[in-house]
Amino acid sequence: MTLAVFLGLYAFAGFRYEGFFSLRVFLGFLGDNAHLGVVAIGMTLVILSGGIDLSVGSTAGCSCIAAALLIEKSHLHPLLVVAMLIPAGVAFGFTQGYLISKFSLPPFLVTLAGLFFCRGLALLLSTESIPINHPFLDSIKQLRIPFGGGVYFPFQAILFVMLLVAAGIILKFTRFGRTVYAMGGSEQSAHLMGLQVARTRNLVYALSGICGVLSGLIFAITTASGNALNGQGLELDAIAAVVIGGTLLSGGYGSVWGTFLGLLIFATIQTGLMFDGTLSSWWSKIATGGLLLVFIVLQRVIQPRQSRS
Amino acid sequence: MKRLGPTSVPLIGLVALLLMNAALSPGFLAVTVRDGHLSGSIVDVFLRAVPVLLLSIGMTLVIATGGVDLSVGAVMAIAGAVAAGILVHPAGTPFANISGTPTMLAVLGIPIAVAATAGAFNGLLVAAGIQPIVATLALMVAGRGVAQLLTNGQIVTFTDERMSALGNGFWLGLPIPIWIAAACALAVFVLVRKSALGLFISATGASERASYLVGIPNKGIKVFAYLVCGLLAGVAGLIACSDIKGADSHNAGLYLELDAILATCLGGTSMTGGRFNLAGTIVGAILMQTLTTIILTRGVSLEATLITKAVLVIGVCLFQSPVFRAKLTREKSA
Amino acid sequence: MLEITNLSKSFPGVRALDDVNLSLKEGEIRALMGENGAGKSTLIKVLTGAYPRSGGQIRFDGELINPTSPADAQRLGISTVYQELNLAPNLSVAENICLGDEDRRYGMIDWKAARQRSISALDRLGIEVGPNKLLGSLSTAQQQFVAIARALDRQARVLILDEPTSSLDADEIKALFSILKRLKDEGLAILFVTHFLGQVYELCDSITVLRNGSNAGDFSVSECPPDQLVSAMLGRELTAEMSHASVAQSSDEVVLQADKLGRRHMVGQLSFELRRGEVLGLSGLLGSGRTETLRLTYGAETADTGRLTVSGKPVERQTPRKMMQAGLGICPEDRKTEGILPGLSVRENLILALQSNRGWYRPLSLRKQNDIVNEMIAKLGIKTPDGNKPIDQLSGGNQQKVILARWLISNPQILLLDEPTRGIDIGSKEEVKSLIARLASEGTSFLLTSSEIEEILEVCSRTLVLRDREMVAELQGGELNEAKIMEIIAGGKA
Repeated sequence: MTLAVFLGLYAFAGFRYEGFFSLRVFLGFLGDNAHLGVVAIGMTLVILSGGIDLSVGSTAGCSCIAAALLIEKSHLHPLLVVAMLIPAGVAFGFTQGYLISKFSLPPFLVTLAGLFFCRGLALLLSTESIPINHPFLDSIKQLRIPFGGGVYFPFQAILFVMLLVAAGIILKFTRFGRTVYAMGGSEQSAHLMGLQVARTRNLVYALSGICGVLSGLIFAITTASGNALNGQGLELDAIAAVVIGGTLLSGGYGSVWGTFLGLLIFATIQTGLMFDGTLSSWWSKIATGGLLLVFIVLQRVIQPRQSRS
Repeated sequence: MKRLGPTSVPLIGLVALLLMNAALSPGFLAVTVRDGHLSGSIVDVFLRAVPVLLLSIGMTLVIATGGVDLSVGAVMAIAGAVAAGILVHPAGTPFANISGTPTMLAVLGIPIAVAATAGAFNGLLVAAGIQPIVATLALMVAGRGVAQLLTNGQIVTFTDERMSALGNGFWLGLPIPIWIAAACALAVFVLVRKSALGLFISATGASERASYLVGIPNKGIKVFAYLVCGLLAGVAGLIACSDIKGADSHNAGLYLELDAILATCLGGTSMTGGRFNLAGTIVGAILMQTLTTIILTRGVSLEATLITKAVLVIGVCLFQSPVFRAKLTREKSA
Repeated sequence: MLEITNLSKSFPGVRALDDVNLSLKEGEIRALMGENGAGKSTLIKVLTGAYPRSGGQIRFDGELINPTSPADAQRLGISTVYQELNLAPNLSVAENICLGDEDRRYGMIDWKAARQRSISALDRLGIEVGPNKLLGSLSTAQQQFVAIARALDRQARVLILDEPTSSLDADEIKALFSILKRLKDEGLAILFVTHFLGQVYELCDSITVLRNGSNAGDFSVSECPPDQLVSAMLGRELTAEMSHASVAQSSDEVVLQADKLGRRHMVGQLSFELRRGEVLGLSGLLGSGRTETLRLTYGAETADTGRLTVSGKPVERQTPRKMMQAGLGICPEDRKTEGILPGLSVRENLILALQSNRGWYRPLSLRKQNDIVNEMIAKLGIKTPDGNKPIDQLSGGNQQKVILARWLISNPQILLLDEPTRGIDIGSKEEVKSLIARLASEGTSFLLTSSEIEEILEVCSRTLVLRDREMVAELQGGELNEAKIMEIIAGGKA
């Protein structure tokens, strides 16, 4: 279903706009949207487990500005910075998961507070955009796979694909991954089957926190600057990509591969609008929202049929 | 300890905040008469609180039915865009072909009707069984796009006196937005509390199955709550747009849905639906604005409010959580 | 093999299990029976570690055990297949069998081994289900087999089945039974919770009956005739010929008529008439369809066959709202999820039906509400300081009284009461019964279920007897006595 929508859109855009079918454009899909893709992977895990994480966009913003400050003002090596920020993301995500599990608070509310917290923290760190200059980052940027003809597969896309594959394997081949599905299908059943629901949930949110941090780092590296406002609304785009990718919002059904397709659809719409000078940028919002609506209504129609059989 | 009324906790918080600030910066509570109307920090706090307050009232009803409406910020933007469009009919927008000066009724009525329709649309989706977060998320994403479409991505400014009076004028010495907010709050209060609607809303949120068995039209109640929420968002959008004498589709109402949820939460309404407290919500909304103003006037950066809000909301939720309460009382008794 | 002695479990204010004893031998299938609230599910939950116990001992192979969670009990060899299946419908059959204890290679789940294992577990049951199929796509019976396969895969030696047959059809039950018999021959001990008498006689070796949290009988199937079993469950000896002189005569005017009302998988086609001022009872064991009959009549479930006529007027496509407006009211069995509105006050809970009937635009004034509420609090002896206390802070019995009061104040023509006196103290029980009698004499009609035959005899002038989701008899006058009802209920043996 999602695949059909993607192919349809891609073909439509390809025939309509000259040069759309090129490899460069397709690779651009991944390069330009890697920050979103990374967050969407974490979001897929969270939604599969039956929750939602609204805090990822601001986590990205916070890690982006923090990275910039640590590198530029504290003169730390970027690798050290990464080593500091990832545990912070884990701690943050874990705390959210803990609040949700332990006190049975609604996930959207807890992560909403998380959104405020991180955005506030980011702006508190600096409201200015801070340029980052570090030779190490330049060398990271050179980490790319050439495809010939001046077309490259950039480092952030490599990171995204690696994470995607890793998430796919974790979901399919580990007990943790299968527990995520089981608890999304029915939390009570998962508990009665003797699975560790609370621990899994904490871990899921922690992973989503890591994804937020990585997304912020991608922002920092690709733009060579840190800005606290990066990643605003990112969580919504990520949710849209996940849902369009066919993952049920109530949890339990779906996959990161679907999210990948959802992301491609998202990218096709945006790139298509860019190719078409006459269509303005807001059409992408309308199209995304419209698609989102179509998909949730479809899910609603399909769902009762499944449960009946 | 004697049981406190549901509104008293946020009210005590608000009074304490005000007093604290009055002590720190003398003159905070002073109200002077300037140009024949009241002025002073406190009036300003109320004025600034109006949009959030309007959204929170609607949000309270929606949350009481067991849902949430994420789209109110976007609906605000749409309402502002429609109003500006009708007034100015700028080139390149769908309003370009309108000519002549529109009546005030059209300028105010059409945007509000559009906003109410958007709310009813949300309500219908939720009544059809779609999770509220998701149903309203779609409009949250698409709505802002629609608003930008309506203004062609520009900030549409206007000079119409009547329209700008809505956000900047005074009546009987007080800013008009405060009057509008008071009127809306009163209207909703009367509608909900002087009829049985409030009871039905609470019943729907408390237990859908039990309400179904006593013949309460759950679906209709939900549509009603979302409709009112959309309508109030429309009013808030008009005020915001009148305030800056223009429709800024990109920033109007941005993140205000979150503030509205927080205000409702602070006001003591249960986040899981059921019992709700309109007066508490109003106090909650003003409390949040007071906090923002204080932080600003104290020279602390605006960003700190975001963190404060986050900590506040988690604190209030924890306090509502039965598990947490059980823990507290166990420790007390031990 | 499994020996439970003097097991007790208390919840705040309730003693759910009181010195219960139960033993289970290798290769034995024991039925655990009892009405709702008798303590069956509590016993299972304590046994599997879902609840901590308050007292008593559990011995397994002579050793004292103390399971702390379902997972812990599984490790010990005690597995449970719950009525609402405890499996993940969104995962494959193989995963449902292996999840939580999968083979791993290099830290990854070895799916090949998992499939092998699940095939062998399913083979042991003699059934063929593709291990890659999504569990949710299987029939309920097949899902149940998968749950049993999971238990076998965990080396279960004691298998607990909680109402496994309640949503299976006859052929599926047959298949299940042949599997259970095979497992029994392999030496498994099976505890079989059910309310179908016939199935007990077909499958089980022995029976333990619980009533009000205590042992009410321990029988060998071959030595226990059905009527003895029924009387153990319902708590009456088959001796006294109870009279019901107190019941007033009703008029001939029919206020409610059901004509072949039914719903697939729920209850067969029912036809009955309810007359003005009559108290009509619905007798039968748990699961016989008595609750379902009330729900269909009230439109809480949609009937797919039959017609319903209220006061001579047919009601098409019944919904609760329509039925309420036609003059019906219902006190549901499941008070917590369908009765009370948690978080709202006693007053709001109490006036809800009346207000709903009046519509949103004609609110009752607060003073009127308080008058009504105070009157009802006094009349029914509801223990609450005032009408503003949240209803969830009241005891179960008081909650039930509020729900009764909810309908009483709206003066319905017909009241459907599902176990109206369950969980109410003795004094209030009598009050409720005399209230029913008084209202009936004033012209209100009642359709009432009760698991206590005594109660039916006391308040009803006529009773319908249900068995296995079918109406099997209508008793009135001289026929309406305990012996006759029990005989008909127990007649379900074959």
